[in-house]
Amino acid sequence: MLELGTDELAKYPFLEGAGKFLKEKGFPLSQFGTDPDLKSVVDKAYHRLKVSTEGGIYKSEIIDGEASDSAREKEIFSFLLAIVLIKLSGMHTLVKRFALAEARRAENHLEKDLGKASDKSKIDLAIRIIYDLFNIEVIKEDEFFKIPVSDYLKHSIDFHEREWKLVNRHVENGKVLLTPDKTVRLIRKELGTYITSKITNAPTPPMIPGLENIVNELTSIGKALTPSYTVITGEHPPCIKHAIEILEKGENLPHSGRFMLATFLLSKGQTVQQIAPLFKNAPDYNLRVTLYQLNHLAGISGSGTQYSCPSCEKLKTQSLCFAIPECDNIINPLQFGRKKK
Amino acid sequence: MQEADILFLEDSFKKYYFNHFDLIKVPERTSEREFGYQKFNSGMTRHISIKDDKELHLMLMQNIPSDVYCSNAYYAFPNLPMNEKDWKEADLIFDIDAKDLNLSCRDSHTVSICNECNDVSKNSSKCLKCNSSKIEKKSLPCKYCIDASKIEVEKLSQILTDDLAIIKENIQVFFSGNEGFHVYVYNSQFQEIGSRERSELTDYLSLRGAIPETFGMKKLKHDRAAFPDFDDKGWLGRFSKQVFGSKSKRSKIITELLANGYSSFQKTLDNVSGNIGVKIDPNVTMDIHRIFRLPGSINSKSGLTKIQCDDLLKFDPYTEASFLSDDTVEVIANCPIQFVLKNKKFGPYIDEKVTIPIFAAVYMICKKLARIA
Repeated sequence: MLELGTDELAKYPFLEGAGKFLKEKGFPLSQFGTDPDLKSVVDKAYHRLKVSTEGGIYKSEIIDGEASDSAREKEIFSFLLAIVLIKLSGMHTLVKRFALAEARRAENHLEKDLGKASDKSKIDLAIRIIYDLFNIEVIKEDEFFKIPVSDYLKHSIDFHEREWKLVNRHVENGKVLLTPDKTVRLIRKELGTYITSKITNAPTPPMIPGLENIVNELTSIGKALTPSYTVITGEHPPCIKHAIEILEKGENLPHSGRFMLATFLLSKGQTVQQIAPLFKNAPDYNLRVTLYQLNHLAGISGSGTQYSCPSCEKLKTQSLCFAIPECDNIINPLQFGRKKK
Repeated sequence: MQEADILFLEDSFKKYYFNHFDLIKVPERTSEREFGYQKFNSGMTRHISIKDDKELHLMLMQNIPSDVYCSNAYYAFPNLPMNEKDWKEADLIFDIDAKDLNLSCRDSHTVSICNECNDVSKNSSKCLKCNSSKIEKKSLPCKYCIDASKIEVEKLSQILTDDLAIIKENIQVFFSGNEGFHVYVYNSQFQEIGSRERSELTDYLSLRGAIPETFGMKKLKHDRAAFPDFDDKGWLGRFSKQVFGSKSKRSKIITELLANGYSSFQKTLDNVSGNIGVKIDPNVTMDIHRIFRLPGSINSKSGLTKIQCDDLLKFDPYTEASFLSDDTVEVIANCPIQFVLKNKKFGPYIDEKVTIPIFAAVYMICKKLARIA
């Protein structure tokens, strides 16, 4: 466990030490609803949340750790109180947005700390945080940070930008060499997940008298942000159309293409009996095998797992993607034709 | 396949298994692996747990399988259904297959077998006799196919050791028993990574998905200094050697690359990737629940044995992986392509009755190009 001072906790208030710090200070939550001296903390917490709902990152008044103890305390309290407010609002959308914004904020601090070539203790702290929270061993060498390729893969796998593909990274001796900003970017999602789990696991306190209005306001913001999706077209995406065309022509569709087509149609609600005839033109068609495999994919037989349609990225690597402009911003064929309301 | 052919193959396989227990050994950490087998004209039996060589040999003698498999994954309960097995980790396995190398020789040794009328012809997309498009293709890989596959294995081993710090002793190469090689990597940092991460690793090894910026080419603000050097490690160095050819040409070629622009560079990169990227089947490496042909077992696509290659350069599968009997048997062969096994030439045969050694008869029957007379 890291022993942290208030300047570190102000930067990384999601670490274990922050909750302990609040307990040590001995503020009961109810005091935040009534104590005029604590109003500024409540305002700061609300502001912190509001900024996150607008897709922004809360900017601290503390720059480079230069601040009074009380300013640092306020910084820590406002984070903790923001969590309390989210819990009271009961809006899950706020959790995700706040966690992401706070992760981005912490990311900025970690990046600065890692980049401080002259301050070894700051670098060590950032490296320790990354190790303690995410179990990634970062080694600093010259101006680069080296992390094992396997750790890099685990953390970069959900990134869609091509620059994050391992092939676009400098790999040497089983390690990936990264700049401070890329090192920190790598754990952004995990930071978000970590903060999300902190919020999700925090108990929901009873309503704090005096904070009802703020909480109601947050609830309405949360409701407005809850997305609703609607299908605006019944058209299949080009990859699926292509696969169907291949089969209709009696040409061979590779196993991966058949997997894509079957899982796509199953997810769209078609039954095994409806899908099976599609494959009858395949050069190696066998009804018994087709039904067995479809039942397996649908989770009707075998392990009971229903297989999901592969992502666009996966299909690209299998040469099954035939993207058209309408495919922009989707990451799975199932999202084709959906539009946010 | 007709009954007589199956009986003949089973008899030949059984003799092999009985005489070559020395070649068929269970892999390490046996009790954590899943085993499986297939019998001729039958489905797969898997989720089997085996504890030692004796149990494996018993299984082989009792069932006379056409193919035997073992997982690269380690499970807490290998004999339970897949979602209850409790996956722990898996060795990395790469499949290099001549059929994926787009070799020019392939057409010359591929035959087409019609699923409707069983007619066999040289490579064609439709049956020449009944015009059906339900065609099954079989290839009889030549020496060039094997040599080209070996080059890919060499490329792969080099990148695994140079870039990914895999210790040479932890890499084992096996002839697959048919058209290529399986490369196993043990005890690496990648044991516990999942399927998508393994897929990403194959993209790295194949130089797939590379962007111009990685190699110094930017859309705007051209910067000559950003281009890689000969001495750079990893793909940067390999790219330099491939594209610049020699150190003295580097500067001139960079000028050309810059003049041709970004999109042209992407095309260059795609071409380079086709040349120096390792051609592995990504679907095999990313499957962390697959059962792989067991080393020492026979591949029923050819009758050849999956065998470890200690000296890859010298390895000749058509002499070193053919273990079946030299006794003769009479078959009706319809194999329009000549092939060489154990240094003997066979064929071409046009629907004719011939007496040939069992190892050659099995090879053709496995490829549906002959039947017992």
